[in-house]
Amino acid sequence: MMKLYTRRIWINRIGITLSMAAMSLGLIALLWILWTLFSKGFAALNWDIFTQDTPAPGTEGGGLRNAIVGSGLILLFSMLISTPVGIMAGIYLAEFGRVSKFASFTRFMTDIMLSAPSIVIGLFVYALFVTTTGGFSGWAGSLALSLIAIPVVVRTTENMLKLVPTSLREAAFAVGAPRWQVSLKVTLRAVKSGVVTGVLLAMARITGETAPLLFTALNNQFFNTDMNKPMGNLPVVIYQFALSPYDNWISLAWGGALLIAFLVLAVNIAVRVVFRNKDKR
Amino acid sequence: MSEPSATAGIDLHARQVRKFRLQDRFFHHSTQVFAFVVLAALVGILVALSIEAWPSLKAFGPSFLWTNIWSVPDDQYGALAAIYGTVTTSVLALLIAVPISFGIALFLTETCPLWLRRPLGTAIELLAGIPSIVYGIWGLFVFAPLFADHIQPPLQALLGDVPIIGGWFSGPPIGIGILTASIVLALMVIPFIASVMRDVFETVPHVLKESAYGIGCTNWEVVRNVVLPYTRVGVIGGIMLGLGRALGETMAVTFVIGNANRINGSLFAPGTSIASTLANEFGEATPGLHIASLFALGLVLFVITFIVLAISRWLISRSMGAEGL
Repeated sequence: MMKLYTRRIWINRIGITLSMAAMSLGLIALLWILWTLFSKGFAALNWDIFTQDTPAPGTEGGGLRNAIVGSGLILLFSMLISTPVGIMAGIYLAEFGRVSKFASFTRFMTDIMLSAPSIVIGLFVYALFVTTTGGFSGWAGSLALSLIAIPVVVRTTENMLKLVPTSLREAAFAVGAPRWQVSLKVTLRAVKSGVVTGVLLAMARITGETAPLLFTALNNQFFNTDMNKPMGNLPVVIYQFALSPYDNWISLAWGGALLIAFLVLAVNIAVRVVFRNKDKR
Repeated sequence: MSEPSATAGIDLHARQVRKFRLQDRFFHHSTQVFAFVVLAALVGILVALSIEAWPSLKAFGPSFLWTNIWSVPDDQYGALAAIYGTVTTSVLALLIAVPISFGIALFLTETCPLWLRRPLGTAIELLAGIPSIVYGIWGLFVFAPLFADHIQPPLQALLGDVPIIGGWFSGPPIGIGILTASIVLALMVIPFIASVMRDVFETVPHVLKESAYGIGCTNWEVVRNVVLPYTRVGVIGGIMLGLGRALGETMAVTFVIGNANRINGSLFAPGTSIASTLANEFGEATPGLHIASLFALGLVLFVITFIVLAISRWLISRSMGAEGL
């Protein structure tokens, strides 16, 4: 009897210890990656990164100005595309499609799109847009990224709208408001901060995406703000520079990686902190 | 006196109602159109990839899937090496990631002090937020050299002479290769699997767990005999979600897999995956069979991940749906 008892206790201890070990492993991985990123990235950071363009092969120095501006433009336009599309689709799923077959099918497909391989989306935009418009362009990059961002916006918008109590909708209907006003001016406004969160998370998600930009926006060694031309962007520059034989290129890659990771993690943490305060209220 | 103005009021009201009804119908349909965009994108991907891949599918037929050749000079293409690399790295990544994710989910739901749950959960979620290209350069510049110097040689000394599995650990310890790619992939999918597991573990009714604790079960026994059987479907769904993620991961794998378009029995040897072949070759591919074969690879990847993710979503929604009942 006592033997069985000690055995059970020991099995439990081993199990719990292993689970703690797993947890520590996850934390160590996170800290290790962040530490590498900060130590190597900060060493590369200086004003040149923001004021000079990417260097030609074999030249000293250089910065990431063209890539930062290009990434900013591509991100801006992909969010301008995906935000309205995602919010409208989210409204449909939450307000009109609670019971319809079409809506539940769309919901299922949106969930799949959330995890679909991003490189395939790059191929799709290449086939659809790059070959038909005559070449790589910033627009193609924005389109590819917005296809990745849309499902994120759709699902967060829908989930937020579902939290709105029915009584709020009924109150608006009772004073005679038409459905579109109830949706846009009452329920959507009630969950504004949640929807903004979804949009920010979608932006964080696509900020570091590299694969879909490889054959859409391509890259551009020179400063360019014309969305119809190939456009420099941070992820592709990091990819190309990290695999290059030049020390200053590799160092710039670390600097770029730090910029991207810092932005993405800052958005992720900020969103969680803001939401936590909302929960408490 | 007041009659005309009253009917005018009713008229005005009726017109207003009609206007609202029209506006509502317009609003309903326009939101529906936007929802349709998502569906159209998915179908569009399938159609566009099939059209672009057609020359290759016609030239090589279904044997494209099991032919082990990828030769640009000879214009002969088969997907086997890429499929092998994709499947091997993903399965190995899951073998590493599933026990660790389970441990993390168990810790977060059962034994972690309440005040630590939120920060630790957030930390694991942040792992998912790190862009894959960062995993890639970390893997290439930090992890691979360390792996080559301190882990591969002892592993080889320990297991290299064991029959059958010894071959997996043969070859020069160069750091990059199938095994390194699997380990980096494992790190990337852990947060996804762990967060699904945590969510489904939390759907277990407290009454069930408390009655088990009440008859004297240990933490481990409760998880093993109550929580896991109850959440089996959702746990498998979470694992499938991780698999779907791992299969399609591009940048991190491209950095550390070594990009050698051949099949080698050793896990230390460089290989390739569908996604990394696309990332490497598509930009400079020559029009014709080469580019069509790359599209065919993309199609294969899309179909495989689609099936895996569809199963995963179905299982997860089934498991989470049980919560309300």
